[in-house]
Amino acid sequence: MNTNTRRVQAIFRKELREYRRNGPIVSTMAVIPLIFVIQPLIQVFALPASAAAGLSHEHVLLYLLGIPAIVPAFVAAYAVVGERQQGTLEPVLTTPIRREELLLAKALATLLPSIAVAYAVYALFLACVELFALRTVASALVHPSELLAQLAFTPLLAGWTIWIAIAISTRFNDIRVAQQLATLAGLPSVVVTTLIAFNVIPATLGLALAGAAVLLVLNRLGWRITSAMFDRERLIAGTR
Amino acid sequence: MSEIKSLTRRFGGRFVTSGTVAVADRKSDEPALSVHGLSKRFGDRVAFQDISFALGHGEVFGFLGPNGAGKTTMVRTLGTLIAPTSGSGTVAGIPLTPENGVEIRRRIAIMPESPGLYLRLSVTENLACFADLYESRAPRERIDLALRAVGLAGRAGDPCGALSKGLRQRVALARALLSDPQVLFLDEPTSGLDPVAAHDVHELIDKLRQRGVTIFLTTHRLEEAERLCDRVAILNTTLRTIGRPDELRERLFAKTLTVRTPAALADPGRVFGGLPAVDSWHEDGAADYVLAVSEQVIAAPAVTRALVAAGADVLSISESRHSLEDVYLELINEDEEANRR
Repeated sequence: MNTNTRRVQAIFRKELREYRRNGPIVSTMAVIPLIFVIQPLIQVFALPASAAAGLSHEHVLLYLLGIPAIVPAFVAAYAVVGERQQGTLEPVLTTPIRREELLLAKALATLLPSIAVAYAVYALFLACVELFALRTVASALVHPSELLAQLAFTPLLAGWTIWIAIAISTRFNDIRVAQQLATLAGLPSVVVTTLIAFNVIPATLGLALAGAAVLLVLNRLGWRITSAMFDRERLIAGTR
Repeated sequence: MSEIKSLTRRFGGRFVTSGTVAVADRKSDEPALSVHGLSKRFGDRVAFQDISFALGHGEVFGFLGPNGAGKTTMVRTLGTLIAPTSGSGTVAGIPLTPENGVEIRRRIAIMPESPGLYLRLSVTENLACFADLYESRAPRERIDLALRAVGLAGRAGDPCGALSKGLRQRVALARALLSDPQVLFLDEPTSGLDPVAAHDVHELIDKLRQRGVTIFLTTHRLEEAERLCDRVAILNTTLRTIGRPDELRERLFAKTLTVRTPAALADPGRVFGGLPAVDSWHEDGAADYVLAVSEQVIAAPAVTRALVAAGADVLSISESRHSLEDVYLELINEDEEANRR
């Protein structure tokens, strides 16, 4: 199947314009991650210099990978069921756009602000640590390899969450149900990143590479499976 | 609506160019749209059943029927949004199959009953999105002309959420014009429009017809269908009838003359009996007579002469007129009575 770039861009641009006109969507995306980092920040600020030695063997910052796993769920869950409820899905489906193109555009449009929010919160966290934590604690906490992991895994985890949320959005008729289920569906990823952050699952280069490969495959599969789940007839006529 | 001429003229060249390609693709006798034995069921519920018809190029076809008759489902089926349960068809020369969905949708446009606009976006932004989805060449020019065609050039920058229902309907119509469709499906296009705006839409439909666009119009406004449509079909799950509005009237109602005199005739049987083209007659009130005739142009002068010969004064002799509404009501009432039995 050939993906038509112009049609994907048309929906992508439209989605971004809607986000821009509806400011609270993106600002509320940032609220949960901010809550997510408050407690760790307080703990870091309270750490004595003697804790630095222990920190250098841990990967506490990977805990923040839970943010891209949670942030996009709410917005992505709106993608199909929301358009359907506001009556805008049918006109779009009367155009030559393929379901794969429509869903890819919506996923990319959700991915962009999600990554921006996740990176911004991460940067804020690092800035606070550098400014307010003890120097020895800060240097023990921030590992360059974790920064790299954060950069690489943020889009991969966000993408996976987005595909799950859009898949849910294609199957449910109520926006609220879809959003709640999508948020829950992001939790397994949070559990895994938390277990890695607290060394329950040892963080190694091999694990990172394997994890990245698995997430890449899952994202590709997510696109295909979600597209297969997108049933024009059920979405338009409300049947089947 | 004077801009319609401009739309026709300025897009005329391009339309003819793309139309020429399309014409080269299709045989001249090939219909713009045809269906054979088309049916759609949702589980046990029949949306429509065993529908067959064919539309010519540039034909305006009215699709009428009560709520729940299957009109919108038919439009969605022909627009490849939903798949038929059985039967076959071609739309804009392409076989109606799921694999051909994209190709069919490239050649058609559908204006759904609900405008379905992005309310936070401006009119232009809405149209720009759809121009790109249709891969329009020169999208900006196309959008400008479509907006002028529906009289919305002055509102291009307004958010759609700030427009009235009627104006939103016009934006949806402009959206349907963006793709230069061979077949245009209009689902209740004048619903919610004031009389002037509805008249503008009628003019636009006329112009599109002149450009060779086939228009499939579903409407509850029977006078609109009668005025605009070359042919109409009345659907009530099955196709009840199809034809030109005047054909349907003739098919369904006997031709009659109504004679009104100031006083009752002494012996109407002697006056009306045996006249050429008069098949039967009956009294319809004290001094009104209804004559069933085979040819009004023969019967009317003969009746006049007979009345004068009988020394009767004549108030009026008129041929009875039945509207499309009469045809529609007759058929739908028949169905309701059959369902009650």
